[in-house]
Amino acid sequence: MLTLNINGNAHEVDVPNDMPLLWVLRDVVGLTGTKYGCGSALCGACSVLIDNQPARACVLPVSETVGKSITTIEGLHGAIAETVQQAWINEQVPQCGYCQSGQIVNTVALLAQNNSPTDQDIDTALSGNLCRCGTYQRVRAAVHAAAAKLNKGATS
Amino acid sequence: MNRRQFLQMSLTVSGSLLIGVELAAKTPEETNLETPLEKKIFNPNAWIRIDPTNKITFLIDRSEMGQGVTTSLAMLIAEEMEVDLDQITTEFAPAGDQYRNALIGLQLTGGSTSVREAWEKLRRAGAVAKMVLIEAAAQTWDVPKEECRAHKGKVVHNENSFAYGELVARAAKLSPPDPDSISLKPASEFRLIGKSAPRLDLHDKVTGKALFGIDVKLPNLLIASVLRAPMIGGKLKDVDDSAVRQMAGVRHVIKTSDGVAVVADNFWLAQQGVKALKVEWEGGDARLSTESIVDALKEAAAREKAVVAKQVGNLKNVRAADKILEVEYVAPFQAHACMEPLNCTADVKKDRCEVWVGTQNQSGALQTAKEITGLTVDAIKIHTTYLGGGFGRRGERDFVRDALEISKAIDAPVKVIWTREQDMQHDFYRPISYQKLRAFINKDNELIGWQQRIASPSIMARAMPDRLKDGLDHSSVEGAADLPYDIQNISVEYALKNPGNVPVGFWRSVGHSQNAFVTESFIDEIAVATRQNPVEFRQQLLKNHPRHLGVLMLAAEKVDWEQTLEQGEGRGVAVHHCFGSYCAQIAEVAVDKNGNVRVKKVICAIDCGQTVNPNTIEAQMHSAIVYGLTATLHSSISIKNGTIQQSNFDTFPILKINEMPIIEVYIVQSEEAPGGVGEPALPPIAPAVANAVFAATGKRIRHLPIHHTDLA
Repeated sequence: MLTLNINGNAHEVDVPNDMPLLWVLRDVVGLTGTKYGCGSALCGACSVLIDNQPARACVLPVSETVGKSITTIEGLHGAIAETVQQAWINEQVPQCGYCQSGQIVNTVALLAQNNSPTDQDIDTALSGNLCRCGTYQRVRAAVHAAAAKLNKGATS
Repeated sequence: MNRRQFLQMSLTVSGSLLIGVELAAKTPEETNLETPLEKKIFNPNAWIRIDPTNKITFLIDRSEMGQGVTTSLAMLIAEEMEVDLDQITTEFAPAGDQYRNALIGLQLTGGSTSVREAWEKLRRAGAVAKMVLIEAAAQTWDVPKEECRAHKGKVVHNENSFAYGELVARAAKLSPPDPDSISLKPASEFRLIGKSAPRLDLHDKVTGKALFGIDVKLPNLLIASVLRAPMIGGKLKDVDDSAVRQMAGVRHVIKTSDGVAVVADNFWLAQQGVKALKVEWEGGDARLSTESIVDALKEAAAREKAVVAKQVGNLKNVRAADKILEVEYVAPFQAHACMEPLNCTADVKKDRCEVWVGTQNQSGALQTAKEITGLTVDAIKIHTTYLGGGFGRRGERDFVRDALEISKAIDAPVKVIWTREQDMQHDFYRPISYQKLRAFINKDNELIGWQQRIASPSIMARAMPDRLKDGLDHSSVEGAADLPYDIQNISVEYALKNPGNVPVGFWRSVGHSQNAFVTESFIDEIAVATRQNPVEFRQQLLKNHPRHLGVLMLAAEKVDWEQTLEQGEGRGVAVHHCFGSYCAQIAEVAVDKNGNVRVKKVICAIDCGQTVNPNTIEAQMHSAIVYGLTATLHSSISIKNGTIQQSNFDTFPILKINEMPIIEVYIVQSEEAPGGVGEPALPPIAPAVANAVFAATGKRIRHLPIHHTDLA
């Protein structure tokens, strides 16, 4: 039995130590917002936050997450997350939507560390998040819009 | 479209009003008025459901794979029904003949047909609902219906009003209006159509709540992974599963028609089981390679016998041409690589069957379920989820068959998930296309003849053999057989050849994706050879094609020609018509000393007739351009020793955000009937970029992706 802290709740799971966190989240805990795309940390669809740092759940052995805080798309909350999600709607970013949990999780992590990302910062933070629908231009616009909104909120 | 339409209304068990406009050509049972009401209730043939609590539901009969149909189709109904988009709920329709796509003949989302097919149908459905509700209100108030009007989900008469939900019981008792009495709003009165509307599916898509096929949950659901033959055409010879059966969490190992399935408590365990299988395969052709396929196509193209797909004038007239330009082009196999790997969930019982799947092809899923279970249509339910990309791949039935076969064998609900590697190595690939072209130029420097011979595997030969006419697969020549340029003598010819029987299928924009690359690159070569400006040259040859010309000139007008390009930079243009729409693109590229190409900007002009939702039209332009850029710059499927060489995003790289060009989209205002938008922006991007690379480097790209050509 492993005890995981997922989105602020403790979960007891009976799984092999080397099982990737992704499949524990999806098939055991039932949190399906985190997506499977490649299984090899190549596409970013499975991004989650481990102690607030982005990580690829598809290659992360579940045993390594014991004692850490795991945040999935379902557990995102607070001003940054809500602003990012609203910016995603305002800029009409998602198409099929499958990669967007990963895009949003990585953007939240970016803005938590850098409140005014340049285009290059966005490239660095999000170039591991593949989108086959080609939403990148609106993703970029939404990241900038979210940053601007957060900064406005901070100064007013 | 001038089809006879039947109106249908019924009151459901829950007291909801169900309204639909049905196409002709139904089975006698469906149109028989004696068919019991219950049957209509449980097999709803409609798009609109209004319940007494005023919940208005639109049943969306096309698949949402990112293109925005949930919203655009809802807009068509809402426009005529006089409701706002925020007053409605959408739901995916079940599988049923009443939801067939009249342009395709199946309940299928593809061919950029959704809005085109629904344009009249769903507006009429909305209009009928409105007319009946007005009638019901007028009767209740005992006033002439002409004095009543519908507005924001209410029927209004002077200061009285009824919400639609309050009229449900009375409306259901009325006869539907005479089809000839239905009149649709003129474009000048549109409230919604043609104005950007926010998508209805985004809240769920930014919170992780959207249900994709891979997310389906059921009580006691088992998860399966299927191992398939590594070689193209390979078959299972023998399997030793003794070790796998002992593994913790593995519940079943069974043979399917495509391989061996391991069924386990979760996907990780199922994959571990697959890895531990000891399998012997047979069949396949170890000599098959991309090179052997290209050689075979080259040979097929060289043979004299080919089917003529288009002929204008006669090339015999141009034998005395002053100059002949002769070149060959190759567009490779491509994988679909939807972000959501293929998957399907099925629960097969003796007397019923349910399928949950992100499919583009509900008719195909239903047919597959019928074949595998032996059940009748009434006992089968197809639940459509969101699709994490489709691009043609999810119109196939192999992943649906997996789930049905396994569930039937183990008598339990099961979800089959393909790994990314399986998804990429067992695709129905965009066919490779080898093409040989000749341009004939006279002494006055005029283009007087065009000959194009296309050799490629045929999609139709596999998927719909009855649509193969005299050896001609229209999907292999589309975009070439309808070359718009006014040239006195044209011959477009086709040689069908599928070396090694590589499985081929419909890939976003189908034949246009290869053929526009070739035609729009070659016309650029001719412009260069005759020392003419590529835009003006096209303009001369498109005088009789106003909509081609319209987008070409619109794109050209948006370019800042004054802005001088740096060393190693270039602009390229392409224009193409497909799926009822016209698209021109001008790409700006920079090629560095090492030959790396960066696409900096794409100007995209689209004429898709009357627009419905410009928001999603713009998004589809981005989407098709990015999908096409991946195939232009990076991806291809190659074959060696009879096996597919690519398996994941490291070997099949797709465009990343740091490579994203700035895309400017300009939409032509038009009152022509709507054209498609999911595909038309894809074909022009490869030639626009290739032509820009030529402008930048003087090197012509005749083989995709671009890195086949050394640009350093």
